[in-house]
Amino acid sequence: MTIGEQHIVKSYDVELGKLGDALARMGGLAETQLASAIQALENRDGELAGEVVGGDSRIDSLDTFINEQAIKVLALRAPVADDLRTVVTALKIAGEVERIGDLAANVAKRSLVLNQLPPVAQTRSVSRLGRLSLAMVKDVLDAYLGGDAERALVVRDRDQELDEIHSALFREILTYMMEDPRTITPCSHLLFIAKNLERIGDHATNIAEMTHFRITGKALSEERIKCDTTASLTGMPGHDEL
Amino acid sequence: MPDQGPPSPKMTARHLAVRYGGKLALKDVDLDIAAGRVTALIGPSGCGKSTFLRCLNRMNDTIPGASVTGEVTLDGEPVYGQGGLDPVLLRARVGMVFQRPNPFPKTIYDNVAFGPRLMGLCREGADMDAVVQSSLESAGLWNEVKDRLGTKGTGLSGGQQQRLCIARAIAVGPEVILMDEPCSALDPIATAKIEELIDSLRDHYTIVIVTHSMQQAARVSQITAFFHLGAIIEVGATEQVFTAPAKELTQGYITGRFG
Ligand SMILES: Nc1ncnc2c1ncn2[C@@H]1O[C@H](COP(=O)(O)OP(=O)(O)O)[C@@H](O)[C@H]1O
Ligand SMILES: [Mg+2]
Repeated sequence: MTIGEQHIVKSYDVELGKLGDALARMGGLAETQLASAIQALENRDGELAGEVVGGDSRIDSLDTFINEQAIKVLALRAPVADDLRTVVTALKIAGEVERIGDLAANVAKRSLVLNQLPPVAQTRSVSRLGRLSLAMVKDVLDAYLGGDAERALVVRDRDQELDEIHSALFREILTYMMEDPRTITPCSHLLFIAKNLERIGDHATNIAEMTHFRITGKALSEERIKCDTTASLTGMPGHDEL
Repeated sequence: MPDQGPPSPKMTARHLAVRYGGKLALKDVDLDIAAGRVTALIGPSGCGKSTFLRCLNRMNDTIPGASVTGEVTLDGEPVYGQGGLDPVLLRARVGMVFQRPNPFPKTIYDNVAFGPRLMGLCREGADMDAVVQSSLESAGLWNEVKDRLGTKGTGLSGGQQQRLCIARAIAVGPEVILMDEPCSALDPIATAKIEELIDSLRDHYTIVIVTHSMQQAARVSQITAFFHLGAIIEVGATEQVFTAPAKELTQGYITGRFG
C-alpha cells in the first residue's frame, strides 16, 4: 500500500515510473560527472575535464524533463500522500542534482586553468575531499532510489565531517599561499574547488532530508550544525556564487 | 477551562455500532466532531459513512430493522437513550443535506419557509420573509432567485436546487449541518459554488460532509476521518492525512491503490 505498490490505474504507475527513471539516470550522470571532475583534477587530465564541462547539458535536459513530468503528474493525477511526496521530492531533488552537476562542471573548468599553472601539493587533499563528497552523493542517491530513510540520515550526519575537513583544508591552503606568494593563483582556484566540493555535500544533505521526508512523511526540522568557519577566516562569503 | 487547546467537540460518538437486521454496518466507532470545523468522512462505498452520518441526527430511527448502540452527544447532551434529545428538535439542531437535491414540489419561498412553519419558529409575513431572505443569502442563492420566489423550487438547476436544500436546512437555525455527498449530482461549477458555500458556512455552523471525492475532502475540510469496513481507521488534520497519513490503509485508499 506504500511507495512502489501498484495503483488501480496502471498508467499512473507508468507516469510515476518515468519520473523515478529520469531521476535515477540524472543521479547516475551527476555521479559520473563528479567522479570524472575529481579524476581530471588529480591527473591534470584536460581531455577528461573538457568532457565533464561538455556533459553538463545532459543533466540539465534531464532536469527539464523531470520538471515537466512532475508538473504533468501534479496537474493530471492530483497525487496525495506518498505519491505527492514522491512527485514533490523528485522535483526538488532534481534541482539539487542539477546544482551538483553545475558544481562538478565548475571543478572541471577550474582544473583546466590549474593545468596551465605549476602543480600544487594540496591538490591531493582536495581530491580526497572530492571523493568524500562523491561518496555522499552516491549513498544518498542509493538511499533515495532504495527508499532507505535510515541510510539517508547517515549521509546527512556525514556532512559535518565534510565541513570540518573543508575548513581544515582551507586553512592549510591559506597558510601555504601566505608562505609562498607564487602559489596564490593556483591555490585560490583550489580554494574555490574545495568550496564547490563542500557545497556538493550540502546538496547531498538536502537530498537526504527530502529522502527522509519522502519515505516517512516527517520533515526534519532541527537545523544541522554548520562547521564552516572559513568565512570568519577570510571575510569571504561562506557560500560564494560561482 | 484552559484558554488554549483544541476546540471542544460539538458532537461525540462513543462505541457507536449500527446493525441492519443481522448485518453489522458500523462497529464500535469513536469520533469527535470539532465545533466550527468541516469534518470530511471518506472511505470506499459501503464502509458506513452514511450510516455514521445518520446516527448524528437519528435518521437511522426511520430505517426499519436498523438498531443503534453506543453513545452520541450534542453539546455534551445524550442524543440516544433515556433522557435523549427529542428527534424532531434534534433534527432542527442537526440538519441534513442529501446526495440528490430534493426540494419539495412547492415554491422556492415555501421550500425555505417549510421548516420554520413546521416548528412554529416565526410568524408569517415580514418575519418569515426575513428568515427566507437570510437563509437564501447564507446559501448564496438569494441574488439568483429573489425575483422568482413564487416559482417552483424543482424548476431550478441542479446546483441551485442543492443550494435551496441548504437554505432549507439553514432556515430552522441548525448548529450542525450534515451533508451526504452533496455534490455527486452536480457539475464542476455548481460543485465549486457548494464548496465555496461550505467554506463560508463554517463560521456559523459545524459541518460534517461525506464525499467520494478525495480532492473535495482535501479542499473543503479541516479534519478528515477515513472509514473502512464499518470502522474508523484514521482521523486527523486534513493536511496531515493527505500529505502523510499515519495508516497504510488510508494511504492505499487515498492514493488509489485499492478501492
Ligand atoms: N437501509 C439499509 N438496510 C440494509 N443495509 C444497509 C442499509 N443502509 C446501508 N446498509 C448497509 O450498511 C453498510 C454501510 O452502508 P453505508 O453507510 O450506506 O455506506 P457508505 O455511505 O459508506 O457507502 C453497507 O454494507 C450497506 O449495504
Ligand atoms: Mg453513502
